[in-house]
Amino acid sequence: MAGASDKNYLNEKSGLWSWLTTLDHKRIGILYMISVMTFFAIGGTFAMLLRAELFSVGPTIMNAKQYNQVMTFHGAIMVFMVIIPGIPAFLGNFILPMHLGAKDVAFPRVNLMSWYCLITGAAVAFFSLFYNGADTGWTFYTPYSISTQNGTVLMVVGAFIIGFSSILTGVNFVATVHKLRAPGMSFWRMPLFVWALYSTALLQILATPVLAITLLLLTCERVLGIGIFDPKLGGDPVLFQHFFWFYSHPAVYIMILPAMGVVSELIAAFSHKTIFGYKAIALSSVGIAAVSFFVWGHHMFVSGQSEVAGILFSFITMLVGVPTAIKCFNWVATLYRGSVRFDSPLLFALGFLFLFTIGGVTGIMLAVIGVDVHFHDTYFVVAHFHYVMVGGTLMAIMGGIYYWFPKMFGRLVNEFWARISFVLIFVGFNVTFFPQFILGAMGMPRRYFDYLPVYEPLNRISSIGAWTIGTGFLVGLGVIIHGMMRGEKAGPNPWGAKTLEWTTSSPPPHENFLVQPVVTAGPYEYR
Amino acid sequence: MSIAKTAEQHGHHHHAHHYESAEHEYNASKFGTWLFLVTEILMFGGLFVGYILFHEKFPHMFHAGSTFLDWRLGALNTVVLLVSSLTMALSIYYAQVGQRQKTLINLYITLGCGLIFLTVKYIEYSHKFHEGLFPGAFFTYEGPEAHQFANLGMYFSFYFVMTGLHGSHVLAGMSLITWLIVRTHKDEFGPDYYTPLECVGLFWHLVDLIWIYLFPLLYLVG
Amino acid sequence: MSHDSKHHVIPLPVYFKVLTLLLVLTAITVAAAQVNFGPWNVVIAMLIASIKAGFVLAFFMHLKYDNKLYLVCFGTGLFFLIVLYLFTFLDIATRIKVDGVL
Repeated sequence: MAGASDKNYLNEKSGLWSWLTTLDHKRIGILYMISVMTFFAIGGTFAMLLRAELFSVGPTIMNAKQYNQVMTFHGAIMVFMVIIPGIPAFLGNFILPMHLGAKDVAFPRVNLMSWYCLITGAAVAFFSLFYNGADTGWTFYTPYSISTQNGTVLMVVGAFIIGFSSILTGVNFVATVHKLRAPGMSFWRMPLFVWALYSTALLQILATPVLAITLLLLTCERVLGIGIFDPKLGGDPVLFQHFFWFYSHPAVYIMILPAMGVVSELIAAFSHKTIFGYKAIALSSVGIAAVSFFVWGHHMFVSGQSEVAGILFSFITMLVGVPTAIKCFNWVATLYRGSVRFDSPLLFALGFLFLFTIGGVTGIMLAVIGVDVHFHDTYFVVAHFHYVMVGGTLMAIMGGIYYWFPKMFGRLVNEFWARISFVLIFVGFNVTFFPQFILGAMGMPRRYFDYLPVYEPLNRISSIGAWTIGTGFLVGLGVIIHGMMRGEKAGPNPWGAKTLEWTTSSPPPHENFLVQPVVTAGPYEYR
Repeated sequence: MSIAKTAEQHGHHHHAHHYESAEHEYNASKFGTWLFLVTEILMFGGLFVGYILFHEKFPHMFHAGSTFLDWRLGALNTVVLLVSSLTMALSIYYAQVGQRQKTLINLYITLGCGLIFLTVKYIEYSHKFHEGLFPGAFFTYEGPEAHQFANLGMYFSFYFVMTGLHGSHVLAGMSLITWLIVRTHKDEFGPDYYTPLECVGLFWHLVDLIWIYLFPLLYLVG
Repeated sequence: MSHDSKHHVIPLPVYFKVLTLLLVLTAITVAAAQVNFGPWNVVIAMLIASIKAGFVLAFFMHLKYDNKLYLVCFGTGLFFLIVLYLFTFLDIATRIKVDGVL
């Protein structure tokens, strides 16, 4: 008996080959963790370079063409290789089956294949560095993307391959939720993280294929000159944008929904209280996913899209604020009169609440066409999406890592330094991006290598903030690595949380649960 | 005296550890396949949407383009794929009733139909190339239609991308069917286990479905 | 043989009848295309194609006898595809033209 409890998914089999051929969802989650953190470090380095360049007027450390390439790489890496897979493929892969009381995801081999799609696609995209990559921005707008440098094709092909990673994860998760729930686990007893991942998976299945065909057509446009997006042949460059944003708008909800799922878990666990409005939060995830398909044109108000279409898209976009706000109100209501522990995971959840609210509200501002005409392609938009993606998703990833760390590695992190990482990231983030709202309102365009002297002071503040965030993440990395190697041993449930993963040992055995769980209550029965 | 194989010997299959039973695994696999088919619908669908939008913009040019297509070859390919869908469904039927030989025969016929389809496509493509009807920038056809419609090349861009992507899926389907044939030879399927046949079958029918729409759109109405 | 599958087995004659129907519909669609119905040609062609598709889905792909969930999957995919088309078409159709050109 004692010997049996020493075996867990980490030490069961050893050697690199056992990891590279694993079918265990927990190991695949860790593989994703390592990959995503590596890509984040690279994309983050590009960000530091960008902010160094923008520290002063005029060329500082690079020229205009290099700036456009660095800017494109930063965006493409962060979007496709970090934020989209970040939570679903890493935390989701590890935790989802356990939240359901299952032994694995529905299709373990497909799961491994999805990781290889990410790695292969990333390799192809990075290979484009030999050709200086692309300088189009991560959105690859035509007609410029048709005629510009050759590295563009490789990056587009890389993104295409990475897309399959997302699709396969989505298929796996939907099948897992429908078919592998433990006895007694009805849909209304699933944790909110599962509802979030499920809604995300629906988006991954329905939206990503349209990106696939868009990138395929773009590649054919470049290689064969097929002329669908080229005005010279009667093609329509705005059609590219329709196709691109049909995916990319739901994609931003692929980025944020899992984060909201994590936040729900953190707030319930650290308030030691049942979540307020469970059904509302669950259904709001599905609602956000559904509405996200009808709003893509709000990225195209000034692209030549008709006013009629613009008005329709604008109106529907504002509707998205409703389910989102429901979540925020319910989280606050959960905290109220809860037995709140301000441990580092909760700090990140609170950071999320504050920063995501700002990001979300500025999104509603941008939904208003008249406002967007002024703010489109300015730093206001840059600030908005960084507030939701970094202030939102990245905060949630950090909170989720610190929360589930004991479960994944059987150890505790150093709480003091974890909190330091939070302070540096939170403060640094606001110092970086709040001035950008002002810069945008003052008219500073985005994706520009240079700017007028009047914008310099705020740019300097922003750059200093960026380096602070960078420091914060380095501290966080140190906390994680130190925790993995030297952290104090953790028991099965250091936080006293109620979802199923905390009923098994830390780290879990290969089969997750020694005895098949039978569910008789909801996931947040604290009392 | 013949020794009929027992159910345990036909298609003896260990279901994966995280499923309660083979039936559980079968249902999950089928569901997963349908989810994957949805992604194919959205992907090909994007091409159809593009096609429809431009057809609405350039109706006469598209009609002119379609006159270069031989509807008889298109109809032949349609018949070939419909028959292959039948034989694919039959291979599953015979697996369900435990007749391995007939499962195999129908799989082979399905594979053969795929080969006929691709051969006809090869004939069509060669003929087009011979006329200078290439996709996009390589379009060199100089006939009267090209003079009447400056962007006639766009029609062929759609033609080649759509039939090309479809053709690549026919090829993928044929590879999967070949894998099934190997496994059927090894007697891995029977009434209690034929999940891979079912899943590949669904994929193959999807390939047929796409052609059911491609044929009239490209060959009949332009 | 020992026994049949526990799952629903479609009888052989049904399969052959469906194929016959599909071939007949193919012939009809080819015939209809020879006649000039103007803009209705596209409608007729797509209608017949959809009927054929329906039979392939219902019988060859077993949807008629299967869990309704699979039909929901398929329908959902189709629905969002239509959304892609509809909103894009709405944009293109309502753009203001100058001298008849978009």
